[in-house]
Amino acid sequence: MKKWMLLTVFTLLLIAPQIAYSMHIMEGFLPLKWCIIWDIASLPFVVVGFMTISKSVKKNPKLKMLLGFAGAFAFVLSALKIPSVTGSCSHPTGVGLGAILFGPFAMSVLGLIVLLFQALLLAHGGITTLGANTFSMAIVGPIVSYYIFKGVKKAGGPNWLAVFLAASIGDLLTYVTTSFQLAIAFPAEVGGFTASFLKFMGIFAVTQVPLAISEGLLTVLVINLLIAYSKEELIELNVLEKEGKLV
Amino acid sequence: MRDKKFLMINLILGLLVISLIVFPLVTIKNAEFAGADDRATEAITQVDKNYKPWLKPVWEPPSGEIESLLFACQAAIGAGFLGYYIGLAKGRKNVNR
Repeated sequence: MKKWMLLTVFTLLLIAPQIAYSMHIMEGFLPLKWCIIWDIASLPFVVVGFMTISKSVKKNPKLKMLLGFAGAFAFVLSALKIPSVTGSCSHPTGVGLGAILFGPFAMSVLGLIVLLFQALLLAHGGITTLGANTFSMAIVGPIVSYYIFKGVKKAGGPNWLAVFLAASIGDLLTYVTTSFQLAIAFPAEVGGFTASFLKFMGIFAVTQVPLAISEGLLTVLVINLLIAYSKEELIELNVLEKEGKLV
Repeated sequence: MRDKKFLMINLILGLLVISLIVFPLVTIKNAEFAGADDRATEAITQVDKNYKPWLKPVWEPPSGEIESLLFACQAAIGAGFLGYYIGLAKGRKNVNR
Protein backbone atom coordinates (compact mmCIF):
# COMPACT_ATOMS: atom_id res chain seq x y z
CA MET A 1 0.00 0.00 0.00
CA LYS A 2 2.67 2.44 1.05
CA LYS A 3 4.68 1.47 -1.98
CA TRP A 4 1.76 2.27 -4.24
CA MET A 5 1.34 5.68 -2.71
CA LEU A 6 5.00 6.44 -3.10
CA LEU A 7 4.87 5.36 -6.70
CA THR A 8 1.84 7.54 -7.38
CA VAL A 9 3.47 10.54 -5.77
CA PHE A 10 6.63 9.92 -7.73
CA THR A 11 4.74 9.62 -11.01
CA LEU A 12 2.81 12.78 -10.28
CA LEU A 13 6.00 14.62 -9.53
CA LEU A 14 7.42 13.33 -12.75
CA ILE A 15 4.60 14.55 -14.96
CA ALA A 16 3.47 17.63 -13.03
CA PRO A 17 4.32 20.60 -15.24
CA GLN A 18 5.15 22.82 -12.27
CA ILE A 19 8.23 20.86 -11.40
CA ALA A 20 10.63 22.65 -13.60
CA TYR A 21 14.32 22.81 -13.57
CA SER A 22 15.64 24.50 -16.61
CA MET A 23 18.58 26.69 -17.43
CA HIS A 24 22.09 26.29 -16.12
CA ILE A 25 23.31 24.11 -13.29
CA MET A 26 23.27 26.14 -10.10
CA GLU A 27 26.17 26.84 -7.78
CA GLY A 28 26.84 23.92 -5.45
CA PHE A 29 24.51 21.56 -7.26
CA LEU A 30 27.19 19.53 -8.94
CA PRO A 31 29.51 17.36 -6.84
CA LEU A 32 33.09 18.65 -6.81
CA LYS A 33 34.35 15.66 -8.79
CA TRP A 34 32.09 16.50 -11.71
CA CYS A 35 32.89 20.20 -11.51
CA ILE A 36 36.54 19.39 -12.03
CA ILE A 37 35.87 16.87 -14.79
CA TRP A 38 33.83 19.39 -16.79
CA ASP A 39 36.40 22.12 -16.15
CA ILE A 40 39.07 19.91 -17.65
CA ALA A 41 36.84 18.85 -20.53
CA SER A 42 36.04 22.48 -21.40
CA LEU A 43 39.55 23.86 -21.19
CA PRO A 44 40.97 22.65 -24.54
CA PHE A 45 37.91 23.91 -26.42
CA VAL A 46 38.22 27.35 -24.84
CA VAL A 47 41.92 27.47 -25.75
CA VAL A 48 41.20 26.48 -29.36
CA GLY A 49 38.35 29.01 -29.42
CA PHE A 50 40.66 31.74 -28.23
CA MET A 51 43.17 30.88 -30.94
CA THR A 52 40.48 30.82 -33.65
CA ILE A 53 39.26 34.23 -32.59
CA SER A 54 42.67 35.88 -32.46
CA LYS A 55 43.54 34.35 -35.82
CA SER A 56 40.47 35.63 -37.65
CA VAL A 57 40.70 39.02 -35.98
CA LYS A 58 44.38 39.34 -36.87
CA LYS A 59 43.59 38.46 -40.46
CA ASN A 60 40.87 41.07 -40.65
CA PRO A 61 40.49 43.53 -37.76
CA LYS A 62 37.16 44.64 -39.21
CA LEU A 63 35.67 41.35 -38.04
CA LYS A 64 36.14 42.42 -34.42
CA MET A 65 32.87 44.29 -34.59
CA LEU A 66 31.01 41.31 -35.97
CA LEU A 67 32.48 39.16 -33.23
CA GLY A 68 31.12 41.65 -30.73
CA PHE A 69 27.80 41.38 -32.52
CA ALA A 70 27.73 37.60 -32.08
CA GLY A 71 28.61 38.00 -28.41
CA ALA A 72 25.96 40.67 -27.92
CA PHE A 73 23.35 38.38 -29.49
CA ALA A 74 24.16 35.63 -27.00
CA PHE A 75 24.15 38.22 -24.24
CA VAL A 76 20.64 39.39 -25.11
CA LEU A 77 19.10 35.99 -25.71
CA SER A 78 20.45 34.42 -22.54
CA ALA A 79 18.99 37.32 -20.53
CA LEU A 80 15.48 36.61 -21.78
CA LYS A 81 13.63 34.14 -19.61
CA ILE A 82 10.76 33.05 -21.76
CA PRO A 83 7.63 31.14 -20.69
CA SER A 84 7.16 27.72 -22.18
CA VAL A 85 4.42 25.14 -22.67
CA THR A 86 5.47 23.28 -19.52
CA GLY A 87 4.41 26.25 -17.39
CA SER A 88 7.94 27.20 -16.49
CA CYS A 89 10.55 29.49 -17.91
CA SER A 90 13.88 28.99 -19.55
CA HIS A 91 16.06 31.04 -21.83
CA PRO A 92 17.62 30.57 -25.26
CA THR A 93 21.38 30.49 -25.63
CA GLY A 94 22.04 32.61 -28.71
CA VAL A 95 25.29 30.85 -29.51
CA GLY A 96 24.18 29.36 -32.84
CA LEU A 97 24.72 32.66 -34.67
CA GLY A 98 28.36 32.92 -33.63
CA ALA A 99 28.99 29.30 -34.57
CA ILE A 100 27.55 29.85 -38.06
CA LEU A 101 29.67 32.98 -38.52
CA PHE A 102 32.95 32.10 -36.82
CA GLY A 103 33.05 28.31 -36.78
CA PRO A 104 32.48 25.73 -34.06
CA PHE A 105 34.98 26.92 -31.45
CA ALA A 106 34.83 30.72 -31.30
CA MET A 107 31.70 30.77 -29.16
CA SER A 108 33.39 28.79 -26.39
CA VAL A 109 35.10 32.01 -25.31
CA LEU A 110 32.11 34.31 -25.78
CA GLY A 111 29.76 31.85 -24.09
CA LEU A 112 32.16 31.56 -21.18
CA ILE A 113 32.09 35.34 -20.74
CA VAL A 114 28.29 35.39 -20.74
CA LEU A 115 28.16 32.57 -18.19
CA LEU A 116 30.75 34.25 -15.98
CA PHE A 117 28.75 37.46 -15.98
CA GLN A 118 25.57 35.63 -15.02
CA ALA A 119 27.29 33.58 -12.34
CA LEU A 120 28.93 36.56 -10.66
CA LEU A 121 26.25 39.23 -10.92
CA LEU A 122 23.00 37.30 -11.19
CA ALA A 123 23.61 34.20 -9.07
CA HIS A 124 22.52 32.35 -12.19
CA GLY A 125 24.63 29.30 -12.87
CA GLY A 126 27.78 29.26 -10.77
CA ILE A 127 31.54 29.48 -10.59
CA THR A 128 32.01 25.85 -9.61
CA THR A 129 29.58 24.75 -12.32
CA LEU A 130 31.11 27.10 -14.89
CA GLY A 131 32.98 24.28 -16.64
CA ALA A 132 29.86 22.12 -16.93
CA ASN A 133 27.70 25.01 -18.14
CA THR A 134 30.38 26.14 -20.58
CA PHE A 135 30.56 22.62 -21.95
CA SER A 136 26.83 22.44 -22.65
CA MET A 137 26.12 25.99 -23.79
CA ALA A 138 29.37 27.21 -25.28
CA ILE A 139 30.88 23.99 -26.64
CA VAL A 140 28.27 21.34 -27.49
CA GLY A 141 25.64 23.85 -28.66
CA PRO A 142 27.89 25.73 -31.11
CA ILE A 143 29.57 22.58 -32.47
CA VAL A 144 26.17 21.03 -33.18
CA SER A 145 24.96 24.29 -34.74
CA TYR A 146 28.01 24.56 -36.97
CA TYR A 147 27.82 21.04 -38.37
CA ILE A 148 24.07 21.19 -38.89
CA PHE A 149 24.50 24.44 -40.81
CA LYS A 150 27.21 22.90 -43.00
CA GLY A 151 25.26 19.67 -43.41
CA VAL A 152 22.02 21.29 -44.55
CA LYS A 153 23.92 23.53 -46.97
CA LYS A 154 25.80 20.55 -48.37
CA ALA A 155 22.56 18.66 -48.84
CA GLY A 156 21.37 21.60 -50.94
CA GLY A 157 18.94 22.98 -48.39
CA PRO A 158 18.04 26.66 -48.51
CA ASN A 159 20.02 29.13 -46.40
CA TRP A 160 17.16 30.01 -44.07
CA LEU A 161 16.52 26.35 -43.26
CA ALA A 162 20.20 25.75 -42.55
CA VAL A 163 20.31 28.72 -40.19
CA PHE A 164 17.02 27.85 -38.52
CA LEU A 165 17.87 24.21 -37.89
CA ALA A 166 21.42 25.02 -36.79
CA ALA A 167 20.32 27.54 -34.17
CA SER A 168 17.32 25.66 -32.83
CA ILE A 169 18.89 22.19 -32.64
CA GLY A 170 22.06 23.66 -31.12
CA ASP A 171 19.89 25.31 -28.47
CA LEU A 172 18.03 22.07 -27.76
CA LEU A 173 21.20 19.98 -27.59
CA THR A 174 22.63 22.38 -25.01
CA TYR A 175 19.88 21.36 -22.63
CA VAL A 176 20.14 17.70 -23.53
CA THR A 177 23.78 18.02 -22.48
CA THR A 178 22.77 19.62 -19.19
CA SER A 179 20.39 16.70 -18.58
CA PHE A 180 23.23 14.31 -19.31
CA GLN A 181 25.54 16.11 -16.89
CA LEU A 182 22.98 16.02 -14.11
CA ALA A 183 22.00 12.42 -14.78
CA ILE A 184 25.56 11.17 -14.73
CA ALA A 185 26.21 13.01 -11.45
CA PHE A 186 22.88 11.93 -9.95
CA PRO A 187 21.97 8.46 -11.21
CA ALA A 188 18.63 7.32 -9.84
CA GLU A 189 18.56 4.55 -7.23
CA VAL A 190 16.20 2.61 -9.44
CA GLY A 191 17.10 2.66 -13.11
CA GLY A 192 20.42 4.42 -12.64
CA PHE A 193 21.69 6.85 -15.23
CA THR A 194 18.99 6.14 -17.81
CA ALA A 195 16.12 6.85 -15.42
CA SER A 196 17.72 10.09 -14.27
CA PHE A 197 18.52 11.11 -17.81
CA LEU A 198 14.94 10.59 -18.95
CA LYS A 199 13.69 12.49 -15.92
CA PHE A 200 15.90 15.51 -16.49
CA MET A 201 15.26 15.33 -20.23
CA GLY A 202 11.51 15.36 -19.65
CA ILE A 203 11.91 18.56 -17.68
CA PHE A 204 14.50 20.23 -19.87
CA ALA A 205 13.88 19.22 -23.44
CA VAL A 206 10.13 19.78 -23.41
CA THR A 207 10.48 23.22 -21.85
CA GLN A 208 13.15 24.12 -24.35
CA VAL A 209 11.34 23.08 -27.57
CA PRO A 210 9.33 26.29 -28.18
CA LEU A 211 12.31 28.36 -27.05
CA ALA A 212 14.56 26.57 -29.47
CA ILE A 213 12.11 27.37 -32.26
CA SER A 214 12.12 31.03 -31.17
CA GLU A 215 15.90 31.06 -31.19
CA GLY A 216 15.93 29.56 -34.68
CA LEU A 217 13.54 32.21 -35.98
CA LEU A 218 15.46 35.06 -34.33
CA THR A 219 18.74 33.81 -35.73
CA VAL A 220 17.24 33.74 -39.24
CA LEU A 221 16.01 37.31 -38.64
CA VAL A 222 19.44 38.50 -37.56
CA ILE A 223 21.24 36.73 -40.41
CA ASN A 224 18.77 38.45 -42.76
CA LEU A 225 19.84 41.80 -41.32
CA LEU A 226 23.51 40.92 -41.65
CA ILE A 227 23.08 39.84 -45.26
CA ALA A 228 21.27 43.06 -46.04
CA TYR A 229 23.70 45.44 -44.35
CA SER A 230 26.92 43.61 -43.61
CA LYS A 231 27.41 41.46 -46.67
CA GLU A 232 31.15 42.01 -47.05
CA GLU A 233 31.94 40.59 -43.63
CA LEU A 234 29.88 37.48 -44.35
CA ILE A 235 31.66 36.95 -47.65
CA GLU A 236 34.96 37.45 -45.84
CA LEU A 237 34.00 34.70 -43.41
CA ASN A 238 32.92 32.38 -46.23
CA VAL A 239 29.42 32.25 -44.84
CA LEU A 240 28.02 33.78 -48.00
CA GLU A 241 28.90 33.19 -51.63
CA LYS A 242 29.68 36.35 -53.60
CA GLU A 243 26.23 36.40 -55.12
CA GLY A 244 24.51 35.00 -52.06
CA LYS A 245 20.84 35.65 -52.12
CA LEU A 246 18.65 36.61 -49.23
CA VAL A 247 18.25 33.89 -46.65
CA MET B 1 10.81 46.14 -53.82
CA ARG B 2 13.40 43.83 -52.42
CA ASP B 3 13.65 45.94 -49.28
CA LYS B 4 9.93 45.67 -48.78
CA LYS B 5 9.92 41.90 -49.09
CA PHE B 6 12.86 41.69 -46.70
CA LEU B 7 11.05 43.84 -44.17
CA MET B 8 7.94 41.68 -44.46
CA ILE B 9 9.89 38.48 -43.84
CA ASN B 10 11.51 39.87 -40.71
CA LEU B 11 8.21 41.26 -39.50
CA ILE B 12 6.61 37.84 -39.86
CA LEU B 13 9.55 36.19 -38.07
CA GLY B 14 9.19 38.65 -35.20
CA LEU B 15 5.45 38.04 -34.94
CA LEU B 16 6.01 34.28 -34.91
CA VAL B 17 8.43 34.62 -32.00
CA ILE B 18 5.98 36.81 -30.08
CA SER B 19 3.14 34.35 -30.62
CA LEU B 20 5.35 31.48 -29.44
CA ILE B 21 5.98 33.43 -26.24
CA VAL B 22 2.37 34.45 -25.71
CA PHE B 23 0.90 31.03 -26.49
CA PRO B 24 1.83 29.31 -23.20
CA LEU B 25 0.79 32.39 -21.21
CA VAL B 26 -2.68 32.23 -22.69
CA THR B 27 -3.22 28.49 -22.82
CA ILE B 28 -1.78 27.35 -19.49
CA LYS B 29 -3.90 28.81 -16.76
CA ASN B 30 -2.47 27.76 -13.42
CA ALA B 31 1.20 27.73 -14.18
CA GLU B 32 3.68 29.58 -12.03
CA PHE B 33 6.15 30.24 -14.82
CA ALA B 34 8.86 30.02 -12.23
CA GLY B 35 12.48 29.94 -13.16
CA ALA B 36 14.92 27.26 -12.32
CA ASP B 37 16.56 28.44 -9.19
CA ASP B 38 14.24 27.20 -6.45
CA ARG B 39 13.20 24.08 -8.31
CA ALA B 40 16.74 22.89 -8.70
CA THR B 41 16.75 21.50 -5.18
CA GLU B 42 13.55 19.56 -5.77
CA ALA B 43 14.63 17.87 -8.96
CA ILE B 44 17.97 16.79 -7.59
CA THR B 45 16.84 15.87 -4.10
CA GLN B 46 14.16 13.68 -5.63
CA VAL B 47 16.91 11.61 -7.10
CA ASP B 48 19.40 11.87 -4.24
CA LYS B 49 17.68 12.61 -0.96
CA ASN B 50 20.88 13.17 0.95
CA TYR B 51 22.40 15.69 -1.42
CA LYS B 52 23.14 19.07 0.09
CA PRO B 53 24.43 21.86 -2.14
CA TRP B 54 27.98 22.34 -0.98
CA LEU B 55 28.39 25.93 -1.96
CA LYS B 56 26.29 29.08 -2.10
CA PRO B 57 26.68 31.73 -4.81
CA VAL B 58 29.24 34.37 -3.86
CA TRP B 59 26.66 37.10 -4.18
CA GLU B 60 22.94 36.96 -4.77
CA PRO B 61 20.69 39.79 -5.91
CA PRO B 62 18.84 40.86 -2.75
CA SER B 63 15.41 40.63 -4.38
CA GLY B 64 13.56 39.56 -7.49
CA GLU B 65 13.33 43.19 -8.53
CA ILE B 66 17.08 43.68 -8.36
CA GLU B 67 17.59 40.46 -10.24
CA SER B 68 15.30 41.54 -13.05
CA LEU B 69 17.06 44.91 -13.10
CA LEU B 70 20.34 43.13 -13.74
CA PHE B 71 18.80 40.88 -16.38
CA ALA B 72 17.29 43.95 -18.04
CA CYS B 73 20.72 45.60 -18.02
CA GLN B 74 22.23 42.52 -19.62
CA ALA B 75 19.62 42.56 -22.39
CA ALA B 76 19.90 46.33 -22.83
CA ILE B 77 23.68 46.31 -23.18
CA GLY B 78 23.49 43.50 -25.72
CA ALA B 79 20.61 45.06 -27.66
CA GLY B 80 22.37 48.40 -27.68
CA PHE B 81 25.39 46.88 -29.35
CA LEU B 82 23.26 44.95 -31.86
CA GLY B 83 21.47 48.16 -32.82
CA TYR B 84 24.73 50.09 -33.05
CA TYR B 85 26.25 47.51 -35.37
CA ILE B 86 23.26 47.29 -37.70
CA GLY B 87 22.90 51.07 -37.76
CA LEU B 88 26.55 51.54 -38.55
CA ALA B 89 26.50 48.88 -41.27
CA LYS B 90 23.37 50.34 -42.83
CA GLY B 91 24.83 53.85 -42.78
CA ARG B 92 28.01 52.64 -44.42
CA LYS B 93 26.04 50.87 -47.11
CA ASN B 94 23.98 53.98 -47.86
CA VAL B 95 27.10 56.12 -48.17
CA ASN B 96 28.72 53.66 -50.56
CA ARG B 97 25.63 53.60 -52.69
